[in-house]
Amino acid sequence: SGSFLLVYLYIFLVVFVGIGLPIEASAPAYQSHGTEGSHLTNITNTKKAFPVLAVNYEHVRKPFEIALWILLALLMKLGFHLIPRLSAVVPESCLLIVVGLLVGGLIKVIGEEPPVLDSQLFFLCLLPPIILDAGYFLPIRPFTENVGTILVFAVIGTLWNAFFMGGLLYALCQIESVGLSGVDLLACLLFGSIVSAVDPVAVLAVFEEIHINELVHILVFGESLLNDAVTVVLYNLFEEFSKVGTVTVLDVFLGVVCFFVVSLGGVLVGAIYGFLAAFTSRFTSHTRVIEPLFVFLYSYMAYLSSEMFHLSGIMALIACGVVMRPYVEANISHKSYTTIKYFLKMWSSVSETLIFIFLGVSTVAGPHAWNWTFVITTVILCLVSRVLGVIGLTFIINKFRIVKLTKKDQFIVAYGGLRGAIAFSLGYLLSNSHQMRNLFLTAIITVIFFTVFVQGMTIRPLVELLAVKKKKESKPSINEEIHTEFLDHLLTGVEGVCGHYGHYHWKEKLNRFNKTYVKRWLIAGENFKEPELIAFYRKMELKQAIMMVESGQLPSVLPSTISMQNIQPRAIPRVSKKREEEIRRILRANLQNNKQKMRSRSYSRHTLFDADEEDNVSEVRLRKTKMEMERRMSHYLTVPANRESPRPGVRRVRFESGLSV
Amino acid sequence: MGSRASTLLREEEIEEIKKETGFSHSQITRLYSRFTSLDKGENGTLSREDFQRIPELAINPLGDRIINAFFPEGEDQVNFRGFMRTLAHFRPIEDNEKNKDPIASEPLNSRSNKLLFAFRLYDLDRDDKISRDELLQVLRMMVGVNISDEQLGSIADRTIQEADQNGDNSISFNEFIKVGNFLIFCIFGNMNYYLT
Repeated sequence: SGSFLLVYLYIFLVVFVGIGLPIEASAPAYQSHGTEGSHLTNITNTKKAFPVLAVNYEHVRKPFEIALWILLALLMKLGFHLIPRLSAVVPESCLLIVVGLLVGGLIKVIGEEPPVLDSQLFFLCLLPPIILDAGYFLPIRPFTENVGTILVFAVIGTLWNAFFMGGLLYALCQIESVGLSGVDLLACLLFGSIVSAVDPVAVLAVFEEIHINELVHILVFGESLLNDAVTVVLYNLFEEFSKVGTVTVLDVFLGVVCFFVVSLGGVLVGAIYGFLAAFTSRFTSHTRVIEPLFVFLYSYMAYLSSEMFHLSGIMALIACGVVMRPYVEANISHKSYTTIKYFLKMWSSVSETLIFIFLGVSTVAGPHAWNWTFVITTVILCLVSRVLGVIGLTFIINKFRIVKLTKKDQFIVAYGGLRGAIAFSLGYLLSNSHQMRNLFLTAIITVIFFTVFVQGMTIRPLVELLAVKKKKESKPSINEEIHTEFLDHLLTGVEGVCGHYGHYHWKEKLNRFNKTYVKRWLIAGENFKEPELIAFYRKMELKQAIMMVESGQLPSVLPSTISMQNIQPRAIPRVSKKREEEIRRILRANLQNNKQKMRSRSYSRHTLFDADEEDNVSEVRLRKTKMEMERRMSHYLTVPANRESPRPGVRRVRFESGLSV
Repeated sequence: MGSRASTLLREEEIEEIKKETGFSHSQITRLYSRFTSLDKGENGTLSREDFQRIPELAINPLGDRIINAFFPEGEDQVNFRGFMRTLAHFRPIEDNEKNKDPIASEPLNSRSNKLLFAFRLYDLDRDDKISRDELLQVLRMMVGVNISDEQLGSIADRTIQEADQNGDNSISFNEFIKVGNFLIFCIFGNMNYYLT
């Protein structure tokens, strides 16, 4: 009965917040009179008692609204996971859109105008956290190994989609019976360019729950990130042209040049800010508390700066995150790292939830112009062009790939090409002078709904049905690390023997340059000399140490001594006595070596272990199983671990599967 | 350069090498010209010094091991055949071989041969086990001089512990496969398409 009570209380809370939103949306008319009135009476009528309690809503209106929306979003998110069967079948994004529809409907019923997903708000506040989260934790090795394929899909695939859809829709509009003869080619191409790009937010939301193998995941995800440059250029291009009405060859040429400027410029801006952040982090050893802020602010500045110049903000964010990560992580304290990780996860989670809810609300808000033929054709063409594009491009790409893309891979890549809020916001940005704006918006929303609901919901059973390879669950292993480095050296050497300057040769050159020049400047103290293998090992041991403290196999007074007598071996599977001895010896040796390092890296207010222990113990109380404990510990640290597969739907703390180069 | 190389290398030889290693005609001629450019003594074989003259190998931490891999047991010279035989390990794995002859020996670039090649780079004394000392040597080569012996020893211990299953405190070939398998499949194949 206790849990029932909680459920009832929860529902009450949700209803309260849900009703609160539309009611306060209609509040403005009354409040201003109220405050003015009371103010006047205070001056003229001194005999009136001093108002002990007064209502001044206008004062807090804006922040109150925002907080209420965010609270609603989070309560919804919470609610979905209380109903286990629901979150296993329906992806979170769908549920959130439905909630948005409901809230929007409620607001409309009351007679107020529901708020629309403001493009400014979207591009400047909601999108950056998600992209930064993705970029900072981007798995570098799979990304660089497949970057050619990703670029082909992102650039050529998006171009194909845009022109195919735009062209065929124009042809459709020429047909008399459709009733859209006023639409010219450029408008159609503009529409095509908006709707053709795969959306990173939607892809992240759906793919996170299906745990697909790394290759397909990085292909779709990488494509959704890198196609931003193409989208930006095409959108601006066609917007300009549709105002003018004609296109010359020079314009096309300039468009191509613009693409390179936008993409490379974005990357450059991101890299510059990344280096700045890395350099700043070198000096933060005395002010650990503000370290995470540097990471966030520099990244956000990178995004804003590149948006200022109409460069690709997404690529700037990705570049910034990727560039600064190895150096920042070598410099910042352990706690700052955890803070960064959790804040990024938190913000991106909230952003994603808000985006989907607002999509729902905006749908209710309209304005809509429905044309059956146009909308249905758009949806069909979207699918068709995506499938054709993927098949065609894979045919060409496979000639150059070593690990070929199988039919199953192709299917998931094609089916996973979801559209999302970016398309909506770009459509919303269209000025009202476009006669077809409402029609376009309706079509865009329909496409988004189709991809998110139909494709999003069915992709999981399809993955099971087709027995597509899932993500390999592997623990971080020192063996893997050693062998990977070993093979890198081996292949570089063999390339040298063959006289060939290939992939490994240039990677080695970059590494060498990094080690001799860059690390010296960007990493604090003597740490820049530390080989990657040693850093990896040290982090592994740290993780092991905390895990053992956690599970009670070692006493908590680790920093000073490890008393051999106090250790009580427990019956925990897979750890033999011999291994325990080994671990104790290793830990003692390493922890004493690292003591100095750790002390210098911790807060000035707590020592590292005391504070960690506190957190650990309180978290242990909350978790029941040992598996949970281990998982939490692996979340805690900087070691690149595997991706865990907990309950679906919740935004996970994500890891990369290899050290960055 | 090209014509000089192909006149020195007879067609029959090219065919034989092609059959043994699987390289294409153009790849063989290209690698032959590389071979001759490395062969300063111009006696048709390469010595260890010839390899050491390659700048990329000189700075490579595993340079000596790689050079050793080219020389068969106990010999100091390697001819073109041997050169190609070693390089054949770096061709990508082909799933459908043209001659599915069960009697024919496994191609040099098969998965197990690649793994064996990598294994032998660790296992110098060819006793089919990577002992702690052999592992330490490799680690020392990769990590440089700044790390203490003790710390390196811990890493070696940990590595063996992770991989060792039969408790003999060393890594046998089967244990090695379990750890290194899918990596090698992906990485080892990347050499070939540059050589076309």
